[in-house]
Amino acid sequence: MNIFKAKFKIHGGVHPKYRKELARNEETKKLPLPKILRISTTQHLGAPSKPVVKKGDYVKKYQLLAEAAGFISAPVHSPAAGTIKDIVAGTGATGAPITEIILDTNNTSDEDLVGVFPTNDWNTLSPETILNRVREAGVVGAGGAGFPTYVKLSPPPGKEIQTLIINGAECEPYLTADYRLMMEHPKCLVEGIQIICKVLNVQDAHIAIEDNKPEAIEILSKYVEENSIPNIKIATLPTFYPQGAEKQQIFAVTGKQVPSGGLPSEVGVLVENTGTTVAIYDAVVKDLPFIERTTTVSGYGIENPSNVIAPIGTPYQDLIDFCGGPKDGVKKIISGGPMMGFAQATAETTTTKTTSGLLLLTAKEISQYESAPCISCGRCIAACPMNLMPAELSQFCEAEDFESAAEHRVMDCMECGCCAFSCPAHRPLVQHFRTAKAFLRAQPKK
Amino acid sequence: MIETVLAITCIGFGCSFALAIAAKFFAVKEDPKIGEVNDLLPGANCGACGYAGCMDYAKAVVSDDAELNLCAPGGSDVTASLCEYLGKTAEAAEKQVAIVLCMGTDDVAKRRFDYNGIADCRSAHLVGGGDKACTYGCLGYSSCATVCPTNAIEMINGVAKVHPELCIACGKCISACPRNLIKLVPEKNTVHILCSSKDKGPVVRKVCTSGCIGCTMCVRLTKEEESISMDGFLAKIDYTKEVQNKAIVEKCPPKCIIDTSNN
Amino acid sequence: MSEEQFYSVSSSPHVHSGASIHGIMRDVVIAMIPAFIASVIFFGLDAVRLTVVCVASCVIFEYLSRRIMKRNQTISDLSAVITGMLLAYNLPPSFPTWMAIVGSFVAIVIAKQLFGGLGYNPFNPALAGRLFLFLSFAFAMSGDWTPWSYINAENIDAITTATPLGMLQESTGSISFLSSNSNILNLFLGKVNGCIGEVSALALILGGIYLLWRKVITWHIPVAYIGTVAIFATILYVIDPTGNASPLFHLFSGGLMLGAIFMATDMVTSPTDKSGMLVFGIGCGLLTMIIRKWGSYPEGVSFSIFIMNATTPLLNRVCKPKMFGLKKGKA
Repeated sequence: MNIFKAKFKIHGGVHPKYRKELARNEETKKLPLPKILRISTTQHLGAPSKPVVKKGDYVKKYQLLAEAAGFISAPVHSPAAGTIKDIVAGTGATGAPITEIILDTNNTSDEDLVGVFPTNDWNTLSPETILNRVREAGVVGAGGAGFPTYVKLSPPPGKEIQTLIINGAECEPYLTADYRLMMEHPKCLVEGIQIICKVLNVQDAHIAIEDNKPEAIEILSKYVEENSIPNIKIATLPTFYPQGAEKQQIFAVTGKQVPSGGLPSEVGVLVENTGTTVAIYDAVVKDLPFIERTTTVSGYGIENPSNVIAPIGTPYQDLIDFCGGPKDGVKKIISGGPMMGFAQATAETTTTKTTSGLLLLTAKEISQYESAPCISCGRCIAACPMNLMPAELSQFCEAEDFESAAEHRVMDCMECGCCAFSCPAHRPLVQHFRTAKAFLRAQPKK
Repeated sequence: MIETVLAITCIGFGCSFALAIAAKFFAVKEDPKIGEVNDLLPGANCGACGYAGCMDYAKAVVSDDAELNLCAPGGSDVTASLCEYLGKTAEAAEKQVAIVLCMGTDDVAKRRFDYNGIADCRSAHLVGGGDKACTYGCLGYSSCATVCPTNAIEMINGVAKVHPELCIACGKCISACPRNLIKLVPEKNTVHILCSSKDKGPVVRKVCTSGCIGCTMCVRLTKEEESISMDGFLAKIDYTKEVQNKAIVEKCPPKCIIDTSNN
Repeated sequence: MSEEQFYSVSSSPHVHSGASIHGIMRDVVIAMIPAFIASVIFFGLDAVRLTVVCVASCVIFEYLSRRIMKRNQTISDLSAVITGMLLAYNLPPSFPTWMAIVGSFVAIVIAKQLFGGLGYNPFNPALAGRLFLFLSFAFAMSGDWTPWSYINAENIDAITTATPLGMLQESTGSISFLSSNSNILNLFLGKVNGCIGEVSALALILGGIYLLWRKVITWHIPVAYIGTVAIFATILYVIDPTGNASPLFHLFSGGLMLGAIFMATDMVTSPTDKSGMLVFGIGCGLLTMIIRKWGSYPEGVSFSIFIMNATTPLLNRVCKPKMFGLKKGKA
């Protein structure tokens, strides 16, 4: 039996209303190619990539649009054939300024593409070749952080990886993109896992799935068993938020705590998102660059909630229109999940490699922050998965005593939102911590 | 009864005696000049001089040979009295005041979303880049006004305005502003361009009707003086010169140039 | 999206559990209703009078003081109502109305609003009011019991005019009688003299179970407090059964149940972390028993909670949870 229950209990966490039934049971749909794509050069963590095309150029599908600018960076490729209308400044999903490459795809064919060289048997490729394909395809962490994957797959010497965990928890409410991926493409996922195992020379791999996805657990378990892959096991996790947070997931599956300020490689573990693993498969086996991804379009404010595969650079409005348009009373548009996602000012923002969700939320689903004093009820402390004391930290931040906040380890806060979710006084706790972190990061290093 | 009164009286005298002895023998030797210099200072403890309060500056002036013209609230008067006391000469620093280089009030500049969160500019700037449609403009959540020790900053219709007669040029508002809109300028310069947007003209017009559109009219009108130059699409005044041609106030199309000598 | 209508943008998270201060306070009010019913059964109209007067004056004082200090109104969060009820429960049935109003003033205006309102007060406001009344109007707070014989009450006259703890203190009741089963049962149900809200341990425990179920309080403070009292009383009883009352007597008499379930668990004035809560509860228990056994007051609950409130900031600083990812020994 290749299923086992993860036995280590995480402190804290919350149980939001998941509402996954909105977009869970239908097959993933493919968005018809939008006429205009606006592809950001900031698709990943690290240095934004440098455009290698200019206004007026004609590009083919999969052609390189922007190259990696440094070690922690990734290339960006064109999701379709078209003409570069312009390269302008724009605003990203987080509100930060970005550079957008505007691509006009009118009157072009899907067959007009740069040559790709799929392989029949990836086992014959050397680890270096595999890593090169992953790098050149621009694969980044699709779970939300967007860390360039080939950097993650090249741990520094001395930090060998013993365990690989594939993050299939998808703990954010509403989001079901990874779930559909597991249901519809178990082969790509499992082979992607095996590819990673080969590159890192890892023996043990676990697919961590929350127990609210029994069908996915069954499908993957059956696939692994039928194909006799002994080193991949399914670890079932209790359902709560933030079960999918990297450090918490590592603890739940292995019992190891990643040290503060450290990386998972320090405890010999690597965590990779489901979407990223499938992108690795596509890059290595099909030689395809990372140019599209599944986004869950959901919320009570959208007519037909569903999972949609869309190319990067798709304006949110196109996704909304494809899913039947907005209902009345949409109060918030969120890029990502409701706990850690970013609220948008308009639907003009475009998708990137890390856009896991697009939520249209009505007043019923959201809540407003208030300026209220802390009543020391302790709910935030009970909810914090990092075992911090958000009540105290927020009082320091309110008093602008950022040094004390730093002493109380505000920099270790992962901004998961469990504290603000639980706060009866509706205090904007995460915003306090972000302000403190921004202030502390701007200080000259002592 | 009488015993109690006597006892308390004796204790009282005893303690006073002990305190007097202690005050004399355990006194910390301090240069008396420091106290006298401290009395000459305004006592605002604002830190503009770069020292931790007036007493610290007094110590530095007496012991460390600090510059005598560092006190911004005190200005030339304090510099003169310090010079007189210490018998040195120093050139009085030019009096400066802070100014907020934005006039995008809520009736001329648009907001782009309904902001729900901490009423502080630094925090608001982190949420979606701030709710002002102009990404350079004043957010109006009064972080600068809150931190001003002399209450010199007033929020008028969503934009901060410094009252120069109250400003002591301590610089606290400058660190509080997340968009670096506040500058210290010489008090005698009265012409200011109240815009900091580096966007192109059409982009600026869409978000604020008082923003600089980069038409370069003011640059051309002051060509001989060379007091204004373009920084990209934004006109900037060179504060080492004084603007002579005050007609630019009338001629500026979005009316973002002001002349405070009229007030 | 029309020009005027904007989307709402805030920092994450964008969803909320639905908890609110009003909701928490409402649960506390509901939990205090059994004790109110018991107080009416045993003390009749006096209980109603005191409760109504205290609640009304607390709410009015909060409204007026917020208005005068030009702050936003907070009476809708129900915390003033709870302070009023708790203060009333700490008063004997014959307590004069005007003194109750003075107590409300001290509780709300001095112990709460002058510090900044809810969340800023270092001491439990109801407790501060009660202690002020105790120190200023000691006679009114202590005596002239006239138990009101409601039609269902039996054997009320078996206990004369002092409270059980008062009798223990003055040794006017024999230990064996005070510790007898029939007396323990009376104590548990509430058929004794005392302050209107603290007599019925049964009603208070019911309220406590409701609060635990609704997750308004956790078990740490009540269990630590009551447990410490039980252990301390047991040790004393074992050493000298003739000189000390039984543990059950100590558990059900006086203000222990009211204090341990409703007053010590006040969120603002008790520690936030579980380990701090345990220390807080144990401290309260020790002080309560010390005052009861060796102090000159018959009851130690109010003073012990008040003193432990003063240690809460220290406990918050010392008893912290260990951060995830830090090695043992580091803060």
